[in-house]
Amino acid sequence: MSFLNNVITGISLGSIYAIIALGYTMVYGIAKMLNFAHGDVIMVGAYVCFFAMGNFNLPPVVGVLLAVVVCTLLGVVIERLAYKPLRAAPSLAVLITAIGVSYLLQNSAQILWGAATKTFRPIVDGSLTLVPGQLSISYVALLSVVCCIIVMVGLTLFTGQTKMGKAMRACSEDKGAAQLMGIDVNATISMTFAIGSALAALAGVLMCSAYPVLSPTTGSMPGIRAFTAAVFGGIGSVPGALLGGILLGVIETFGKAYISTDLSDAVVFAVLIIVLLVRPAGLMGKYVPEKV
Amino acid sequence: MEKRLNGKRLSKASRSGFINYGIVIAAFVILQLLMALGLLSNSLQSLLVPTCCYIVMAVSLNLTVGILGELSLGHAGFMSLGAFSGIVASFLLADAIPFAPLRLALSMIVGAVFGALGGVVVGVPVLRLQGDYLAIVTLAFGQIIKNIIMVLYVGVDEKGFHIAASSERFNLAEDGVAIIKGPMGAVGVAKLASFTAGFVLILITLAVVQNLVNSRSGRAIMALRDNRIAAESVGINTTKYKLMAFVTSAALAGAAGALFGLNYSSTVASKFDFNASILVLVFVVLGGLGSIRGSIIAAALLYVLPELLRQFGDIADYRMLVYAIVLILVMLVTNNDSLKALLGRIIPKRKGAASHG
Amino acid sequence: MAEKKQFEKGKMVPVPSVSIIPERDLGTTPILECSHLGIDFGGLTAVNEFNITVGRTEIAGLIGPNGAGKTTVFNLLTKVYQPTRGTILLDGLDTHGKTPAQINRMGIARTFQNIRLFNNLSVEDNVKIGLHNQEKYSMFSGILRLPKYWRQEKAAHERALELLSIFNMEDLADHQAGSLPYGAQRRLEIVRALATNPSLLLLDEPAAGMNPSETAELMENIVKIRDTFQIAIMLIEHDMSLVMGICEGICVLNFGQIIAKGTAEEIQSNPTVIEAYLGKQREGGEG
Repeated sequence: MSFLNNVITGISLGSIYAIIALGYTMVYGIAKMLNFAHGDVIMVGAYVCFFAMGNFNLPPVVGVLLAVVVCTLLGVVIERLAYKPLRAAPSLAVLITAIGVSYLLQNSAQILWGAATKTFRPIVDGSLTLVPGQLSISYVALLSVVCCIIVMVGLTLFTGQTKMGKAMRACSEDKGAAQLMGIDVNATISMTFAIGSALAALAGVLMCSAYPVLSPTTGSMPGIRAFTAAVFGGIGSVPGALLGGILLGVIETFGKAYISTDLSDAVVFAVLIIVLLVRPAGLMGKYVPEKV
Repeated sequence: MEKRLNGKRLSKASRSGFINYGIVIAAFVILQLLMALGLLSNSLQSLLVPTCCYIVMAVSLNLTVGILGELSLGHAGFMSLGAFSGIVASFLLADAIPFAPLRLALSMIVGAVFGALGGVVVGVPVLRLQGDYLAIVTLAFGQIIKNIIMVLYVGVDEKGFHIAASSERFNLAEDGVAIIKGPMGAVGVAKLASFTAGFVLILITLAVVQNLVNSRSGRAIMALRDNRIAAESVGINTTKYKLMAFVTSAALAGAAGALFGLNYSSTVASKFDFNASILVLVFVVLGGLGSIRGSIIAAALLYVLPELLRQFGDIADYRMLVYAIVLILVMLVTNNDSLKALLGRIIPKRKGAASHG
Repeated sequence: MAEKKQFEKGKMVPVPSVSIIPERDLGTTPILECSHLGIDFGGLTAVNEFNITVGRTEIAGLIGPNGAGKTTVFNLLTKVYQPTRGTILLDGLDTHGKTPAQINRMGIARTFQNIRLFNNLSVEDNVKIGLHNQEKYSMFSGILRLPKYWRQEKAAHERALELLSIFNMEDLADHQAGSLPYGAQRRLEIVRALATNPSLLLLDEPAAGMNPSETAELMENIVKIRDTFQIAIMLIEHDMSLVMGICEGICVLNFGQIIAKGTAEEIQSNPTVIEAYLGKQREGGEG
């Protein structure tokens, strides 16, 4: 039973990682940049929801929607102000800028909302009992998995069927060619950031509902883990992010349960290194050798 | 003709190197004078050793990022290895070598060796990867090191040396002394570090990195950075030279870590986390990739300034915010062509840093 | 072509396999022997049944329409790609399983179609990197600046200037390689390749982007390099005046297959070649 419990915990945690990882992967696929500030958008989303529910007594659904709206705007604004001027810059410059944005968000949050941790009230309470006293699934876990499935299906349909989705795929293949075909590359990149940030807000709320501590640095560790998940699955690949996220969640939970609580980070990252050595482009990534 | 070219070129490379030594020596002398005259506050004095450590960290990371051209996000991991191995070494050597400077030197060498070993362990498999994947694995490595040291227990009793991965298995006798206690880190460390040691370490680091860059091996490393396929086509062993740069960089970080660890009575592994790695990377990038002098100056200024601002009550809360904004603005201004042009009209253009200086 | 300077080419003779080599190279091991060489990318056969013999001091040409697989052949020879089939003998030695760096140490040096210099380094450093494997001091001698370091660095410096003088580029030694004009970059790539002391030099479109007078000068220099260093040179080139002017054995590739081999005269009058270049029912003629 404890095994099943761990599987359930792992998958629900993995679903949250997958949702965050999608943001990383989509942005990397199109803008070819590691958006290190993505984790901190999660934190902002969680704070927005926290205050909406706590201070204004709004229903959870409104809190989540508000978080999504604020983060979407935040994502687009960050992209416009900080990343867009660096389209032609070396990737290291963009990376450092993203780190700067990450510091900015963390420290702004600290000044605005204080460094003390806050206790997040889950957006749904209770749990579904499967075997009384032994096996139960919290509604938050259930909600995480459901959200992840909806997001995945939605994104797959979006990138496969819609005009904007096709534009995104075109941009990730070749921005220059896409532009020549009349695609507005800047709008497409903005759209990608908007979607990624909206997902980050959702993930932030789900994560804080499952693990109810909220502080200005709440986003950084899940951010790094989700980034790892994205690399794990093959960065740039949407199904890869799902696979990587779920696997990472399961490995982390099992590592905690069967190896050592303190070493869970080491286990997760060791598995990542091994996977990358065997498959240098991640589980579902394509390895593209340099053309001579 | 040849003679003239020869003389000009050699002096150009070595002049730049000598200026770097000069800056470091001058700074050391001035700071010593200020200290002798009592013009340096205690809080400033306490920053001297860590600043030296971070200068060495920045110069050594520049070897990986600027000169080899591979992004590393786990440089603090090597510092951590050096810090804790150096602390253990200094503890074990305490009776054998009562003379503190010698014990410090040996501890730093132990730190460098452990840093280098870490470099080999990460480097051998990882340098087969490229670009962002290498970055993520170095990040992962930094996390693993931090995580392992946080559960590590090291101590000495009558039966000898004890090392364990959890407090339960740590069967140290009651009269034994614990050196590293898991999440509490290293405690009761003899503070051996001195500004002079930091100064010497910087000089050694400069000598190693600058001489390496201006040698056959350094050229091979830079060739890999500029064009790996062309470098292979002229017979350069990719793995060997990538590893050489990576391990040298890790060894120097290990020595800096040992000095850093021996500067405080207690040290925790979380001091050397992802943020510490990023901090050093920021020094390197802002100082200019490949520019040794840039790394020295950026590390010294950017390490000391935020620490100084800490003292000023209200501003203290905003210092990291300001730091973040400055970081973003600097990156935008130095990397965006139209902003650069705008700035160029205001400030007359300074000559860009050479690829090795 | 009449106004172009004529270079003295060796008389070509058939060798027991299927190729021809200059008469003067008879009795020595050919520098390069490829047999049944081929590579597939996925299901696509990029090069197939590539058989060629190159004499020790031959200037050989590899021509063919765009996409024929010429650069792929160079990549196979230098092991940038591992061949799917066939063997490559370099000076009689099998190069199976070698890495590009090992291939260079065995004696093949090359240039690239899209120039690949070490752009941030000086011209002299680019050449010195070519000399890398002839300098023998260790990392520690370098860091400690032992006498060995000074001695060998001085020798390398002199050798680099000497090699640069082939193209009269000594004055550019201190310039940054990436800032050189296009033609000079191509010449520097050749110097860098020569610095590795090869026995076979592969030139991938050395005259691309050059004007006719630069091309004529390059032709002279290629012959001069062959004569001075007594090495074999194999080149890919679209400029037929260069190929027909200096290449002794010429090999024509189309769709990854050799469609003709022979001397310039034979190639020029070969109907298959004319068809490959110009399509059917057109009049031949090459300039």
